Amino acid sequence: MVLESIWFFLWGLLWAVYFMTDGFDLGIGSLLPILGKSEADKKVMINSTGPLWDGNEVWLLTAGGVTFAAFPKVYAVMFSSLYSALMLILFALIVRGVAFEFRGKIDSPQWRKIWDACVFVGSIAPAVLFGVAFANIFRGIPIDADGVYQGSLFTLLNPYGLLGGILFLLLFLVHGALWLSIKSEGDLQQRAMATAHKLWPVELGFAVIFLVASLFATRLYDNYLAYPVLFIIILLAVAGLLGIKFFLAKKALFKAWFASALTIVAAVFYGVIGLYPDMFPSNIDAAYSLTAHNSASSDLTLKIMLVVVIVFVPLVLIYQAWTYQLFKGKVKQDDMAY
Amino acid sequence: MDVLLLSRLQFTATTLFHFLFVPLTLGLSILVAIMETQYVRTGDETYLKMTKFWGKLFLINFAVGIVTGITLEFQFGTNWSRYSAYVGDVFGSLLAIEATAAFFLESTLIGVWVFGWKKLSAKAHAAVMWLVAGASNLSALWILTANGWMQQPVGYAFKNQRAELQDFAAVVFNKFSILQILHVIPASLLAGAFFVMGISAYHLLKKQNVEFFTKSFRLGLVFGFIFSIFVVFEGDFHARHVTETQPTKLAAMESLWETTESAPIYLLALPDEKNEKNAVQIGAIPGLLSFLGHHDFNAEIKGLKDFPKDERPPVLLTFLSFRIMVALGMYFPLVTLIGVYFRNRLLENAWYLKLMLFSIPLPFIAIEMGWLVAELGRQPWIVYGLMKTAAAVSPIAVSQVAVSLAAFIGVYGLLGALGYFLIIKYAVKGPEAVA
Repeated sequence: MVLESIWFFLWGLLWAVYFMTDGFDLGIGSLLPILGKSEADKKVMINSTGPLWDGNEVWLLTAGGVTFAAFPKVYAVMFSSLYSALMLILFALIVRGVAFEFRGKIDSPQWRKIWDACVFVGSIAPAVLFGVAFANIFRGIPIDADGVYQGSLFTLLNPYGLLGGILFLLLFLVHGALWLSIKSEGDLQQRAMATAHKLWPVELGFAVIFLVASLFATRLYDNYLAYPVLFIIILLAVAGLLGIKFFLAKKALFKAWFASALTIVAAVFYGVIGLYPDMFPSNIDAAYSLTAHNSASSDLTLKIMLVVVIVFVPLVLIYQAWTYQLFKGKVKQDDMAY
Repeated sequence: MDVLLLSRLQFTATTLFHFLFVPLTLGLSILVAIMETQYVRTGDETYLKMTKFWGKLFLINFAVGIVTGITLEFQFGTNWSRYSAYVGDVFGSLLAIEATAAFFLESTLIGVWVFGWKKLSAKAHAAVMWLVAGASNLSALWILTANGWMQQPVGYAFKNQRAELQDFAAVVFNKFSILQILHVIPASLLAGAFFVMGISAYHLLKKQNVEFFTKSFRLGLVFGFIFSIFVVFEGDFHARHVTETQPTKLAAMESLWETTESAPIYLLALPDEKNEKNAVQIGAIPGLLSFLGHHDFNAEIKGLKDFPKDERPPVLLTFLSFRIMVALGMYFPLVTLIGVYFRNRLLENAWYLKLMLFSIPLPFIAIEMGWLVAELGRQPWIVYGLMKTAAAVSPIAVSQVAVSLAAFIGVYGLLGALGYFLIIKYAVKGPEAVA
């Protein structure tokens, strides 16, 4: 039981780290058509995540792999239920990945235009779809006693699901604009900061709407009401949001980005804590819900995987931190490999 | 068309496509690391140019390999949910370990290698390439360990209506997995070597950058020679283990219908699955199949008819794939041996250079065929003897799978065409374009 709960929160943590890291890549990609006015701007934008995005994306694979290893039934039912949404995300990420690599390989404006479009679609689609998917999980999914999904892609596009999509997009847009502000100079930096400024009230507004809508659309607050100390996680999300504005006004860009990272992690944990012990709740009958306890792997597998995660995840964090350190500072002409 | 067939087609198409790019990643990463190390050790600028030129081709290939791998991990959930729920306790951890212990390192450091030329010392930069190469191969090792478990399930017990892990060490040190790893990774290094030799041959034929491409060719030749011989001998061990653990696969590989002592191999044969016999079989080499399976010319080999019809793999495809793989497997050591003989007279032997240029696709074909033997030959099982493929498929709408399969074919087709277009473009341009 304890082991399953530990794994439940590790599962949430891996998703949170994925959104915190790849979130700014997705944000910058989504902002490419708006902020990338010239080829020089676009190159700075793409190269600002150039050395990092690939490593960031692996957090998604790890989150997926860990779901498979620790909660095979959740992995099976979640991904087969969300088939079309997940396929769209995967295709988008494929297109984004090759776009980075292929874009600069032929010196032609038409060629680059195609890949710019791919970077944009490949970034904005996952940003929105992840939000739609997670909001629907918070809300409950129509799965029957056998874990068979009784709906379609359009079932997911309910108002609360769409609200989740918009909220995720806004979180990532602000996150991306802040990262770009850190990495760019001059006019592009001014526009990136202005974008973060303009988007912030919208982000705050949608965060509040989402928190309120969750009261009506989900049972997330049951855990919070049972253990009011948990409200601290919502306070952390709010503190993060306010921190963005506070540090942005002082032009403390890295701190503002950090506040945005805190917002994203706290937002994910807001949902994860509210769900516990559910991982994939059924809105047909709560008895059909997949939980950390009825879907977990054997204790042996959970223990082995715990050792793997305790050894390797800190190691990954160390060498990824080293990478971020190595590529800190503004994007210079010399740093542009894409 | 049902969900099962479409899902199988989708998995086949996406795996075969992914597997066109992965072997080159595995092989070329090590070759590029060797080139960069030579540069660091000798200071010879040619090696730096080689690192950059072959590195560029490596990166284009790497990008396609990486993005097409992501979908595979998720397809077990989307299309094979019954499988995932049933064996995830054993199988899932292997994929999770692959991501945390290998793929992370590979993906994080590739960015460092691409963007870090001016940020790192030459030594550190070369070390990063070694880590990328090591992590890529380690990644393959874990994936093959997972596949090996589907071939020969070990270390599990039936509990709670599923297969649960009992002995992790047995799963990690599964003999089938180890033999597969020792087969697939050297074959991938061979593919990398033939790629380098073939492209070098193109430029040597045009007498361009002769020193650069002679050096490249020779490095590829050493690699190609060693690993082509290794693969043949290892293949022998592999076949004997298949005989022991997967008798239906072996019988299909050689299209043997009747249980036979001193079973022959026919130089020419064509299976007729409907009538459970070979339509053609000419040129028997007596006892060879028995020798292949048991290292004993008189040993008995079980024929397909001794297995129930619903436990036999598709014979024709398995048989043909195996034949093509073996024929190519014989060709590689032969053609590299000729290369070793001509190593100092490459320019004078244009026919040999042409042969090597046109040999570039052959290792890839051999690898794809090998994969088909491994996977088709295992049918109708998804986990040999434990779970049938038909029982593993997700309960999902057929329209979803039809749409995703069509999208995969379209998107991957385009990706493959563009990827190869760019690789050829930069390969033909030669080292000046990337200097």
